[in-house]
Amino acid sequence: MTTTTPRSSAPSRRFVLGGLAAAGGLGLGFHVPFLPPAAAQGAATSTPEINAWVVIKPDETVVIRIARSEMGQGTLTGLAQLVAEELSCDWSKVTTEYPTPGQNVARGRIWGDYSTGGSRGIRESHEYVRKGGAAARIMLVEAAAKGWGVPAGECRVEKGVITHSASGRTTTYGAVAGDAAKLTPPKDVVLKDPKDWTIAGKPVARLDTLPKVDGSQIYGIDLTMPGLLNAAIKDCPVTGGSVKSFDAKAVEGMPGVRKVVQVGDSAVAVVADTFWRAKTALDALPITWDEGPNARVSSADIAAMLAEGLDAKEAYVGNKGGDVAVALSSAAKVVEATYGFPFQNHATMEPMNATVRWTPERCEAWAPTQNGEGALAAVAEASGLSASKCDVHKQLLGGGFGRRGATHDWLRQAVMIAREMPGTPIKMIWTREEDMIHGRYHPVTQCRMRAALDEKGELTGLHMRISGQSILASVAPNRMVDGKDPVVFQGLNPSGPEAAIGYTIPNLLVDHAMRNPHILPGFWRGVNMNPNAIYLECFMDELAHAAGQDPLAFRLKLMGNHPKHRAVLQAVADKVGWGTKPADGIHRGLAQMMGFGSYVAAVAEVSVDGEGALKVHRIVAATDCGHALNPQQIDAQIAGSFVYGLSAALYGECTVKDGRIEQTNFDSYPVMRMDAMPKVESIVIPSGGFWGGVGEPTIAVAAPAVLNAIFSATGKRVRQIPVKNTDLRRA
Amino acid sequence: MVRLNVNGSVREVEVEPDTPLLWVIREQIGLTGTKYGCGIAQCGSCTVHIDGAAVRSCSMPVSSVTAEQKIVTIEGLSAGASHPVQKAWAQLDVPQCGFCQPGMIMASAALLAQNPRPSEAEIRAEITNICRCGTYNRVLAGIQLAAEGGESGRG
Ligand code: FES
Ligand code: FES
Repeated sequence: MTTTTPRSSAPSRRFVLGGLAAAGGLGLGFHVPFLPPAAAQGAATSTPEINAWVVIKPDETVVIRIARSEMGQGTLTGLAQLVAEELSCDWSKVTTEYPTPGQNVARGRIWGDYSTGGSRGIRESHEYVRKGGAAARIMLVEAAAKGWGVPAGECRVEKGVITHSASGRTTTYGAVAGDAAKLTPPKDVVLKDPKDWTIAGKPVARLDTLPKVDGSQIYGIDLTMPGLLNAAIKDCPVTGGSVKSFDAKAVEGMPGVRKVVQVGDSAVAVVADTFWRAKTALDALPITWDEGPNARVSSADIAAMLAEGLDAKEAYVGNKGGDVAVALSSAAKVVEATYGFPFQNHATMEPMNATVRWTPERCEAWAPTQNGEGALAAVAEASGLSASKCDVHKQLLGGGFGRRGATHDWLRQAVMIAREMPGTPIKMIWTREEDMIHGRYHPVTQCRMRAALDEKGELTGLHMRISGQSILASVAPNRMVDGKDPVVFQGLNPSGPEAAIGYTIPNLLVDHAMRNPHILPGFWRGVNMNPNAIYLECFMDELAHAAGQDPLAFRLKLMGNHPKHRAVLQAVADKVGWGTKPADGIHRGLAQMMGFGSYVAAVAEVSVDGEGALKVHRIVAATDCGHALNPQQIDAQIAGSFVYGLSAALYGECTVKDGRIEQTNFDSYPVMRMDAMPKVESIVIPSGGFWGGVGEPTIAVAAPAVLNAIFSATGKRVRQIPVKNTDLRRA
Repeated sequence: MVRLNVNGSVREVEVEPDTPLLWVIREQIGLTGTKYGCGIAQCGSCTVHIDGAAVRSCSMPVSSVTAEQKIVTIEGLSAGASHPVQKAWAQLDVPQCGFCQPGMIMASAALLAQNPRPSEAEIRAEITNICRCGTYNRVLAGIQLAAEGGESGRG
């Protein structure tokens, strides 16, 4: 065996003492490994914790605790803005840290829900985090007032400086924090009126940018700690298969190799001093798989399974009004079309990874997770220890998009490997290939739509039959409602604050024939809103053309009862001058939808050349997310969401052959790059009164807007994603 | 034994000669700013400079780099993130998750070193790194900002 040179000690400067309070830098969850709980506690109490959300240090640093996960979407900054706003502190003094899920359990879930998905990070926790900030402010002011012997009501606070106006005395948060921490928290707090905000609602700079531009940001894949070993893993390429045999002897003498282990029924891992050596040995390891019952399944089989569901008698009803059968049988004209949406991989830039140290008494994991509590539950289950003996140190995520929240399959694997080497921290990293073939894919669905038009071309009835996969049936069966998966109907619901359809159609039926192939589904940024927006909004376009009407005018007639849907659609139409002639060669399409509590619409401008090459030139997008917490981050999320959505629509598909996913890396799973990125103009219309998400909703409208523009350019309807499989040359 | 010049200091590492430079930088040398994203020269996360040119280090065996060649990683690009590209990135808040950004920054810095005033079309053609968060438009704006600042900086 060769030896490696000692590692650079550079990363160690980012280890900071203390479980919670003594976070250095941005406090992004770097803790000395295996610090006994008592010591962590001591560190936590040595700096005044005003309440669970706010710690103020003598040097005026304000540490704001964040329970949700940062994965690039800006939640860390957004939540800190909310707390800081109510706290009335100096924004330039704000840092953040993650309390661990273990601490949350120990303190009676004081930080609430850790789950970060469904664009919920801010919209579901804004109220209690703001209250946390407001309560801390009240206590700090009270402490100062007590010290001066004056009523708290005579004091005011600005940027962390408390002033008693009458006497002109001032003090700072840092000076009174110790006294404030001893006070009884107020029972009721009044939150500021958003119109008085000075930090929230403003385009403040992100708190986490600097370490991302100098290379110092540590992600899960970068972790190191004394004695750490690395693991590479291969799971059976066919889901449902298992390990038949492997010949550990063949690789045990290879450089750096420490152990070859079977992981559960279906995977094998090599543990070595470095990842590269682990991977090299794993590639050389002879493994025989029992590929199980799915070994012959192909994409064509799955498509046939879904096609059967399009005609099936049994289906779950998601939205029903009037009698669509009667409307169809008495229609002047019936229009019919079938669309389909393939499996997509999340392809986070940072592949799945986790670091775990297991002993018979305690199991700790360092994991890039979207859901700290879910991760803790997975660690407890896989470690054979109770949750009170486990903890998870959340790492900043190199992308999440839904892959790192609902299922912690990768984390379980890492725990199982660590159990084979008690006391040794093991960092397991998936290769890109492993990540591509063991995703939790965007669910595959097809949708057949039948619509009734009367003599005047008015829409009198619509039947949308969705056939295909249910995410909940796979990842959260407990959230099903009488066997039905409500998520399937995202954006098509009759009403409600989350994902309601924006049209009033006299006779409407939306139903779902559940067909679950063996490829495992997961929440994928935008979730079912992505295909549903394509189905509904492309078909609306087809109907407008069948009725000989303008696609905008046709829609608006159906939107009288849906003013918020209508407002965003009108906003994008106005911005591009819908109805005016675009530049030569440019063609437009539009779409609208509601999901994750927000109303979104887009117009796409595209061209298609004589060779059939598509270019998306410009996207104008509008979103009404109620309150706009950080306009700059919303703008970044919208632009980013189009890259994700358009990657899927134009190029994305995971196909199945011999039971396994065929795409193994970015050469066979192309994604959008800068050369194809359109100009994005975003319009944010915060109409107030509600909190909608921003990380996901706009994804959904990019694809149908582009598809409708492609029709306008070529006369071709692309009904099966991705677009790359269709020849766009004019017939 | 392989001898490498990384960020101005000479490092000797004991490693199999076919090990990709990326993993030597990350695992033997311990500089983790250079990222693994694909391992097949597709994504650019692993971009470093070798004698000033952008190289995808995942696909370069360490044995093909000589001791005389100067390797620069994101950690060595500048002192205190003062390179015009890094300054522009911070000013425009370019990163989202940030994972692709060291590679983006190294690719952009190499582009500007060769072509101080690239056109938008040149930037779009030259910067082929993948960003799954979708920061492309800000990357573009960042390069343009760095190009302007860089010019005045050079007087
Ligand atoms: S890791 Fe080298 S190009 Fe992707
Ligand atoms: S910022 Fe996340 S991959 Fe580029």
